[in-house]
Amino acid sequence: MGDPLYAHGIDLAVVLITILKVILTFLFLLLGVLLYIWWERKFISDLQNRIGPDRAGPHGILQSLADGIKVFFKEDLAPTEADRRVYRLAPYLAAVPAFSAFAIIPIGDKISIAGHQTYLQLADPPIGILFLLAMSSIAVYGVFLAGWSSGSKYPLLGSVRASAQMISYEAAMSLAVATAVLATGSLSTRAIFVHQSVWNWNLWQLGVVPFGIYMVAATAEVNRPPFDLVEAEQELVGGYMTEYAGVRFALYYLAEFMNTITVSAVAVTLFLGGPSGPHINFLPALWPVVWFFLKLFAFVSFYVWLRATLPRLRYDQLMDLGWKRLIPLALYWLLLIAALRVGDDAHWPWGVNHGALNAITVVAAAAGAGVVFFGGLGAAIRVGAKRVEEETARAGGVRA
Amino acid sequence: MDWVVFVISAIAVLAGALGVVTSRNPVHAALSLVLTLFGIAVMFVEQQANFLAVVQVIVYAGAIVVLFLFVIMLLGVDQAEDLEVEPLVGQRPAAVGVGVAGLAALLLPIAFGKWQWLSGQASVAGPAHSGTEPNVNRLANALFTRYLLPFEATSVLLVIAVIGAVVLARRPLHTERQGLTAREEP
Repeated sequence: MGDPLYAHGIDLAVVLITILKVILTFLFLLLGVLLYIWWERKFISDLQNRIGPDRAGPHGILQSLADGIKVFFKEDLAPTEADRRVYRLAPYLAAVPAFSAFAIIPIGDKISIAGHQTYLQLADPPIGILFLLAMSSIAVYGVFLAGWSSGSKYPLLGSVRASAQMISYEAAMSLAVATAVLATGSLSTRAIFVHQSVWNWNLWQLGVVPFGIYMVAATAEVNRPPFDLVEAEQELVGGYMTEYAGVRFALYYLAEFMNTITVSAVAVTLFLGGPSGPHINFLPALWPVVWFFLKLFAFVSFYVWLRATLPRLRYDQLMDLGWKRLIPLALYWLLLIAALRVGDDAHWPWGVNHGALNAITVVAAAAGAGVVFFGGLGAAIRVGAKRVEEETARAGGVRA
Repeated sequence: MDWVVFVISAIAVLAGALGVVTSRNPVHAALSLVLTLFGIAVMFVEQQANFLAVVQVIVYAGAIVVLFLFVIMLLGVDQAEDLEVEPLVGQRPAAVGVGVAGLAALLLPIAFGKWQWLSGQASVAGPAHSGTEPNVNRLANALFTRYLLPFEATSVLLVIAVIGAVVLARRPLHTERQGLTAREEP
């Protein structure tokens, strides 16, 4: 348990290694965001049959650096109606959780520095993945307070929308994460990754459903298209960050892309085996890192693809999807996986180990329960929809 | 090392608590409350109660205070309040009395050396942290074996609360709605 770095007491070298790891993670995130913004613009240009940025550096790779420098020299404005203190604080409440959440991601195996062994991972707390959930619930403040403190209508509307969306989808995301935790029996991200190596990925160990739920919920959680209603410019100008300029705007922009990278990294860790992959004898410490980054790259590119392909959802569709479909399905699947585990431990159905037979019993019982559960849920949703229709008709075509 | 963490988090907790009491703007007060909750979470980590710390952040800072803020903002009470008017007559002297009594209840057992009056019995479910087994597992074991019934009773209570809230918030189905446009609805 825990990083072997801290197993033999703490001396100066340990402190220095930890500081080095912090700096490296920070730099990786900053550099990753710069490259990711460039890659997003380039890739989406390809998908839309245009060239994209190509002036700054080879293939325009320095474009986001140039944009970053520009935005840092812009004037930092605040509206007269703004609540100054909260207005200044809010961007940090968005950026700090975005930076910290990445700390728990394992990006490689053990390495040795100066006689100390350490994981290629900033921190491996026993609460592990719960830290991510804590950080994503703090990130709501950044969005929420930005809109409120701007003292302006569109940001307020945008931030109420955004925080409602983030809070709603947090539930589905937590349930999907809990399914992965259940499979491992540990909250530690390192243990979850080790449990899946080499090819026992949770993606197929748990059935594909929790992964799908996680992906949809995480996309909504970080406000990426098709769930970017938060900054639907036709309706809300720029959403909660309309009034921000200069460095504070840059912090929001940075946080958004960092969150995308982090949820992708978490998806890789929870469902795709993290840094695990085929073992290669040449430079054995290097390959896990390579596998991790390949998987991460596939994910962040997938997000760009989504953005280029899917139109934005309407707000009521978003809420329907979250509350009426994803949460019940995630809950059902969590109970199903729990039943399978309990069944395995207790040797259902007849107290002897029948292997496949016991899985079949549980799955058959679960399918029966699922028919009842989803049948009831579907009936309830239909009744609700019919009622709304009636009310709308009675109110003369105005939807309440 | 421990006391450095304690002093820093205690300062954060006290600063937050003072902020809650002295802020005129309810949103600032709610944010100060978040600072206090964070300080307490850090203290939990320092006591090896990792799970409590993270639950403190997820539930209190992440959900309950966000709910406070929602209510404050949506009800439009986010202006500074007039502190000259006393909403309940005699409330302020009573508050001082209750505050002093509470402080005395905290300090007197310490003065008489009866720590366990405050902290409870030293060990009911074993130490919070032992050897290689993480705190989360110990807590889960205690919660789902020894304290299963209270745990289930609490969850039933929460379900009842949710159903109650839904029933209260539900609009009556067949009320007369003439002259009532969607605009006038709450």
